[in-house]
Amino acid sequence: MDVLTLSRLQFAVTAAFHFIFVPLTLGLSILVAYMESRYVRTNDEMYLKMAKFWGKLFLINFALGIVTGITMEFQLGMNWAEYSKYVGDIFGAPLAIEATVAFFLESTFIGLWIFGWNKVSKKVHALSIWLVAIATNLSALWILLANGWMQEPVGYVLRNNRAEMVDFMALVTNPYGWLKFSHTLISGYVLAAFFVMGVSAYHLLKKNRTDFFKRSFRIAAVFGLVTSILLLVSGTFHAERVAMTQPTKFAAMEAVWDTQKGVAYNLLVIPDVDNERNTVEAVGIPKFLSLLAFHDADAEIRGLKEFPKEERPPVASTFYSFRVMAVLGFLFVLLSLIGTIVSRKDELENRSRFLKLMLFAIPLPYIAGQLGWLVSELGRQPWIVYGVLKTSDAVSKSITPPQVWTSLIGFTLFYGMLGIIDIYLLAKYSKKGPDDDLSAIIKSSREV
Amino acid sequence: MEFQITWFILWGVLWAVYFMLDGFDFGVGILHSFIGKNDAEKRVIINTIGPVWNGNEVWLITAGGATFAAFPTTYALMFSYLYTPLLIILFALIFRGVAFEFRGKVDSDGWRKGWDIAIFLGSFLPALFFGVAFGNIFQGIPMDANGYHGTLFTLLNPYGLLTGILFVLLFIVHGALWLTVKTNGDMGKRASSVADKAWYALLVAAVLFLAHTAFATNLYKNYLDNPVWFVVPVIAVLALMGIKLFEAKGAYLKAFYSSCLTILSVTFTGVIGLYPNLIPSSLDKNYSLTIFNSSSSPYTLKIMTVVAVLFVPVVIAYQIWVYRVFRSKLTVDEMLKDTESY
Ligand code: HDD
Ligand code: HEM
Ligand code: HEM
Repeated sequence: MDVLTLSRLQFAVTAAFHFIFVPLTLGLSILVAYMESRYVRTNDEMYLKMAKFWGKLFLINFALGIVTGITMEFQLGMNWAEYSKYVGDIFGAPLAIEATVAFFLESTFIGLWIFGWNKVSKKVHALSIWLVAIATNLSALWILLANGWMQEPVGYVLRNNRAEMVDFMALVTNPYGWLKFSHTLISGYVLAAFFVMGVSAYHLLKKNRTDFFKRSFRIAAVFGLVTSILLLVSGTFHAERVAMTQPTKFAAMEAVWDTQKGVAYNLLVIPDVDNERNTVEAVGIPKFLSLLAFHDADAEIRGLKEFPKEERPPVASTFYSFRVMAVLGFLFVLLSLIGTIVSRKDELENRSRFLKLMLFAIPLPYIAGQLGWLVSELGRQPWIVYGVLKTSDAVSKSITPPQVWTSLIGFTLFYGMLGIIDIYLLAKYSKKGPDDDLSAIIKSSREV
Repeated sequence: MEFQITWFILWGVLWAVYFMLDGFDFGVGILHSFIGKNDAEKRVIINTIGPVWNGNEVWLITAGGATFAAFPTTYALMFSYLYTPLLIILFALIFRGVAFEFRGKVDSDGWRKGWDIAIFLGSFLPALFFGVAFGNIFQGIPMDANGYHGTLFTLLNPYGLLTGILFVLLFIVHGALWLTVKTNGDMGKRASSVADKAWYALLVAAVLFLAHTAFATNLYKNYLDNPVWFVVPVIAVLALMGIKLFEAKGAYLKAFYSSCLTILSVTFTGVIGLYPNLIPSSLDKNYSLTIFNSSSSPYTLKIMTVVAVLFVPVVIAYQIWVYRVFRSKLTVDEMLKDTESY
């Protein structure tokens, strides 16, 4: 394999791995912050136990999110030097801003949160986890504005053999970036909600600490219901933007081969890439795809055949990834709706089939999120910056296949090992349940 | 033009502060198994940096991000040319970060021993390789129109290794002083005696480094052209002496501050000598990466300056505040009480 293929593979492995931990961080930080605030408000120790139990899981997950993030930053220079030279004038800024405004905040206050139970007042302690939550969400904003720029480049000119920024505000207000931000963020919230519901379901099935886990479940179910509905809305807006700005990606997502007006939406589609057609197209809603994409039932959608083959993204993987993600999106609304109703009626313990389902649903939002990235990154190919720079022109010139083989194998093994340990620890501490001995904290936090 | 110089200075500041802060984390990580005699002591040692190491590491991320934003060509070439050493640093930092979090999570001696090794390697290797990388940057890197002509072993030349050893010793002294300030009793005594002894080794390395620099690099040229700059290396030497002076008086906090100043001024000694290069070429001066031929556009630099001016002071303020919250010494008793510690 050449340096390009290897570097792409390595980027995919390391980015996908980073994104296993990122979404839980985004969502769970908010839930923990909410729980701790409730404790400060009500003085109900149950909420403190919640903040500590879910907080511990948060930290185990957080550790890997952080360390894998450094890789992301380094390898843009290591493997994508031509890319960094060509668009660094624009792309570097959000990355540096992210570190300055978000990473400092989050890393400093997470230290205070972990070690500060006895050092600062209850309020300041709760404030520190809110600052962590805000900071992780802010970091997502800047990195997604950066990635949004790669999807829809704005505010630049080509000058001095590179893309130079001429309008920072255009980058900051890039609609594509904000859509990515809202969609990715909300998907993290959904994921955290399902995580909390799933772990709670495990304990409820075992009839272990039912009171604690019923309450946790209820908080998460409401959060999950609201966010999974918002996720569908943001996804729909996102798809519209794709249709407008990246016709090749949109055509691949929906497997549209021929340019047509008033295109139907088919629930069942099986694309046949070799023959540039779909073997199956069934259960259609007339004109619905045109309506969805352009708010106009008769709008024209450009098909893949209009573009030369080398400018098309990999159709099958983009298409299936998108389909499965969207189907899961509807499933999440359904499950969290049932969860909300059942927990409101206080019937959770009797619904063991539903609880089992929720336990096994923990991986689903992870899968949906990974598929989402596949849609957005694979669907953008062969471009690394859509319409501006091809992926094949972006790779470093000075590195050799043995070097990248070494790092790729190294990352895969090393990450694999860390991932297994992390999941083992998450499972261990999830099963263990909440700690009852809060005396040390409560006593000394009164003294502060 | 001015923005490029501003960013050169900021670039130096970010690296210098990074070494000053993560430097004692590295020192602590290298020493923890040697100074800590049992598990409780080792935990105390790790917990002295527990609240702050992550915030310190972000100075590196910011230094990297700032290099990307302000000098993208340097970022691209430096990171791709130094692929292998950076990879080693990266793996080491990953290892260290998870080790802190994971070490206390399973109650088994083998588990803890494994993570102790990870903490040692995760601290020692970055300390060494940052030194090697900067030594080679001071010296110049074999690059020209055809890219980079070298391997990992090219970088492991005598001057590069000497700088690596200098960094390791700087950080060992720095970390030992930190532990002296942060712990009590026997442990504190052991830490102070390590600081005492390692200082002599550091002195030797520093003298060798300053002498070798005259042969191996062009760093002194800027100083000879403009002798006022000699102030900075002189401060470095005075601060290094200051460490010993304060140690002798038992004023370990002051010795630690002196060590901070040593690291800052050593870094700046190199940075001033580099100007206007970021990475000189050892083959052909025309292919050196300078702040003028590798920078971002004036517009981007202006935006970034505004961001830095607005946010860096805020960052410094809250980091100082958190350091103050955790300023007291850490004892075994207190640590065992705290269920959340590492
Ligand atoms: C949608 C969100 C998102 C996306 C797309 C990315 N990240 Fe990330 N990143 C986070 C959201 C995040 C986070 C949730 O904010 C993390 C995870 C844990 C944490 O502390 O912050 C984080 C951590 C994190 C760190 C460690 C910060 C620290 O030590 O405190 C770095 C250096 C990066 N990221 C860099 C990147 C780069 C260079 C990316 C892409 C090329 C990237 N991240 C994609
Ligand atoms: C915002 C930061 C990101 C940047 C700058 C970025 C940039 C890139 C780059 C440079 C590549 C390699 C070229 C290519 O093959 O396309 C790539 C591919 C890829 N990225 Fe991203 N990406 C980002 C975020 C992510 C995240 C967080 C994920 C999470 C899963 C992700 C998933 C992928 C995948 C799966 C590929 C492989 C596509 C392929 O091999 O063709 N990306 N992206
Ligand atoms: C009806 C449901 C959904 C729709 C219509 C939808 C729509 C989209 C679209 C169009 C993209 C591609 C954006 C691009 O090309 O840049 C995308 C990406 C993505 N999706 Fe979804 N999505 C849905 C559900 C979900 C679910 C359930 C999750 C995860 C829990 C999820 C997570 C993501 C992520 C992480 C990305 C990549 C980041 C991004 O581009 O924003 N999506 N989604």
